[in-house]
Amino acid sequence: MKLRDLAHARAGDKGDISNIAVFAYEAGDYAFLAEHLTAERVQAHFADILTGEVTRYDLPGLAAFNFVMTGALGGGVTRSLSLDPHGKSLSSSLLELELPDPQGR
Amino acid sequence: MVNSIRIGAGAGFSGDRIEPAVELAERGGLDFLVFECLAERTIALAQLERLRDADAGFDPLLEDRFRAVLPACRAQGVTIITNMGAANPLGAARAVARIARELGFDGLKIAAVQGDDVLEAVLAGDLPFTDRPGRVSDLAGQIISANAYLGAGPMVEALAAGADVVITGRVGDPALFLAPMIHRFGWGLDDWTRLGQGTVIGHLLECAGQVAGGYFADPGLKDVAGLARLGFPYADVDEAGDAVIGKVAGSGGRIDLRTAKEQLLYEVQDPAAYFQPDVVADFSGVRLGQAGPDRVRVSGGGGRPRTGTLKATVGYRDGFIGEGQISYAGTGALARARLALEIVEARLKLTGVATSDLRLDIIGVDAVRRGGGRGDGPEPAEARIRVAGRTETLKDAQRIGQEVESLWLNGPAGGGGATKSAREVIAAGSVLVDRALVKPHVAYEAA
Repeated sequence: MKLRDLAHARAGDKGDISNIAVFAYEAGDYAFLAEHLTAERVQAHFADILTGEVTRYDLPGLAAFNFVMTGALGGGVTRSLSLDPHGKSLSSSLLELELPDPQGR
Repeated sequence: MVNSIRIGAGAGFSGDRIEPAVELAERGGLDFLVFECLAERTIALAQLERLRDADAGFDPLLEDRFRAVLPACRAQGVTIITNMGAANPLGAARAVARIARELGFDGLKIAAVQGDDVLEAVLAGDLPFTDRPGRVSDLAGQIISANAYLGAGPMVEALAAGADVVITGRVGDPALFLAPMIHRFGWGLDDWTRLGQGTVIGHLLECAGQVAGGYFADPGLKDVAGLARLGFPYADVDEAGDAVIGKVAGSGGRIDLRTAKEQLLYEVQDPAAYFQPDVVADFSGVRLGQAGPDRVRVSGGGGRPRTGTLKATVGYRDGFIGEGQISYAGTGALARARLALEIVEARLKLTGVATSDLRLDIIGVDAVRRGGGRGDGPEPAEARIRVAGRTETLKDAQRIGQEVESLWLNGPAGGGGATKSAREVIAAGSVLVDRALVKPHVAYEAA
């Protein structure tokens, strides 16, 4: 199962920092996501582009997580050589993350 | 709602659509219409314009936007607030005065908020950067501009003086929306809870269509009707700071908990500490509720005292970027694209093009997709290569596109649609400036 099946997301940028906010479609899936969608998991998912750290902020009232990734945008929006310097499409890339079988949760 | 004001969002970036703001001004029942048009490095580009022409340096679409919305704003009594002044708010105010006179609107009072230009203080203080290594002096000779993010104060002053149009340079984006709330409700500049909640509302509105179903659609999963005529949002704000986000009936898009949540955390880092010139806002306790079709209630934002510094963006020249692209199709397209990349890389070495950083992408395969699971996928029906490199000279940057273009006659079979570009990079870095060194002031123009 992909993260996309349980959540939607939007990415934003500030300098060389990308934040990806992830929102559970159903509040009932929040605990499952909190267990499996860890900062470490996201760090590993984007290992090929990150030069910094990933921090997860939890917003249970909104069934949301905010992942803040430093060193994520190739030196920053204004300097990056990337076709997508803002990293706007990183949200879609994160939604491809594979989650364990939800059976029994 | 008793004693409430309605603030509309007419643009979320410099190039945004024009006519949604006209719809808001004509049929939105607005009190205020805000245009947020100033991205991080835009002001440095505008400063270069101003150095070439002392009357220039403001938003290039200012004239189009004001010609489009002024008639309805005058008819409906809507006050306009915008950061379209960019590097020249006074020049922008004069341009608006001229446009107003040409349209026959006399007696318009236009305020220009100035004082965000802190280049002298930033150079004199040799401040350290907060988002890149080094200090200001490391970029001696490359720096173009430095602009501090001003708060709502000078805009409130202009509104109190009866301005019909308020034009700023760099201010905190949410402050554009916070200013009319402070003005109308008389909130104290140390009422951190209300300033924080007002910042939440401003943040939800500052990207205009992005809270109203823009940047949200994913067909089959998250559908949005009517994106070609997306309605831009407004907020009905009461004196306690509670608000309802809505849009003009019959416009496209959707406003619900999902669209509002995505925008609430857009470009946010720690949700409990969203640093703004007027307040450190706290989004962590925000509550959203559906208040009707395309209407979302917002409450629960908080705040703590503002800090002693203001963030300033330093714009600087940072070398050049050259780029070239060419496409391949059919069976073997991917192999020919990979061969093309190898050839360009070798040619740049052979001909002595100095790049400090070179990126070799295949669009449709790995150009924007990043992160896990990026192994070999199915063979694409077509593949477009993209070579981008950073250079010290414009000539070297141009050489990159030329090497891609020369694949026409010298590369793999069937290459088509070659394009190339080369540009100077204007980069942005951030510093923190002592508040006491920043002295905003307001000037007025009359139509």
